[in-house]
Amino acid sequence: MTARTAFWTTLTDPLIRQNPVTLQILGICSALAVTTSLATALTMSVSLTVVLTLAAGVISTIRRHIPDTIRLIVQIVIVASLVIVIDQILQAYFAQISRALSVYVGLITTNCLVLGRTEAYARYHPPLPSMVDAFGNGLGYSLVLIVIGAIRELFGRGQLFGHQVLPLADAGGWFTPLSLMLLAPSAFFLLGGLVWAVRSVRTEQVEPPEHTPPLRQEAAE
Amino acid sequence: MSDAWSFFLFAAFVDNMPLTLFLGLCTFLALSRRTESAIGLGIAMTGVLGVTVPLNHLIYQGLLAPGAWAWAGQPDLDLSYLSLIAFIGVIAATVQLLEMLLDRFFPAIHAAFGVFLPLLTVQCAILAGSLFMVERNYTLGQSAIFGVGSGVGFAVAVIMLSAIRSRLAYADLPAGLRGLGIAFILTGLMSLGFASFAQMAAAP
Repeated sequence: MTARTAFWTTLTDPLIRQNPVTLQILGICSALAVTTSLATALTMSVSLTVVLTLAAGVISTIRRHIPDTIRLIVQIVIVASLVIVIDQILQAYFAQISRALSVYVGLITTNCLVLGRTEAYARYHPPLPSMVDAFGNGLGYSLVLIVIGAIRELFGRGQLFGHQVLPLADAGGWFTPLSLMLLAPSAFFLLGGLVWAVRSVRTEQVEPPEHTPPLRQEAAE
Repeated sequence: MSDAWSFFLFAAFVDNMPLTLFLGLCTFLALSRRTESAIGLGIAMTGVLGVTVPLNHLIYQGLLAPGAWAWAGQPDLDLSYLSLIAFIGVIAATVQLLEMLLDRFFPAIHAAFGVFLPLLTVQCAILAGSLFMVERNYTLGQSAIFGVGSGVGFAVAVIMLSAIRSRLAYADLPAGLRGLGIAFILTGLMSLGFASFAQMAAAP
């Protein structure tokens, strides 16, 4: 019974309480670049979750055989092989989305989230809990991507999954698309706002003030 | 000459890694709290990108590109699917080598930014530099300029952000926005500023 509760918390913790993107600052690069539409965000989330879960499983299975000094290289090679498989599958079956994602699928290799989880968790735990933890983190990451992707596509083009939801002003409707939503800065603003929203609810995540006012200047004057 | 210079400016400002391409944001945000660490990160990025992009160009064109084995009677051999592993291997080796060289010959510099060097192996921006080099078919000279240029662009951006963040000590922010939240919004504002470089590039 306690084992089941432990699994459950390992799985649900990363969704909001320990969310990899908004709290741990992991995997942000790809989170922002692929969220101009919901379809690419969803593909990226699925690819990352698959890679993360499999990598955690493999690394935790051989965790006792990896020499400590070269563990980073071993982990990266395992992750890179998995990413190549995913990349080839995407190119074969989802050519259009694969082009839209461009180099960002390859960049899953260096996604700090993958290496962060294998380094921090899979290295010390048996395969099953590691995979549950990886899956939970993948879901937490996907949640952020999907929320931002949905907002950007809805307000940038008035669409969801390519279907027109808000009637455009050009086509006789009332909605004028906000083209800023499709540009780089809006992703930063949305993610900043999302972090603010999460931390307003979960006040324990609020960071202590970063700087105390420098005393050095007083001495100089 | 002026071509090389404008290509350098393109790599550094128009295609700015963190601000327009969202690359290397994890270290960009994590290490921009203090100006000293931001400067160290910027220098290390420039060095590693400047070395690995041309090196990976040689490896890709010599060993992995379609038709690279034509001289050995294998004109159809296409190993480009191995490029990810090759690139990441080169990057990891370069970072390790750089660290050992600095440790041996310039211990002061090594001590100054020793912790950031191993981190750079998993820096998305560095791998992306090599991947863009392949995707856009740069020549060897272009990839060297691209590597150094994007490193300089990264350094400029991270030092600017750290300067702004240290000024925020005097700002009274809402509690939930402190730290990460405001860093995102600042990056967004800087990104708006850098978007104007794209306009400059578009103008003749």
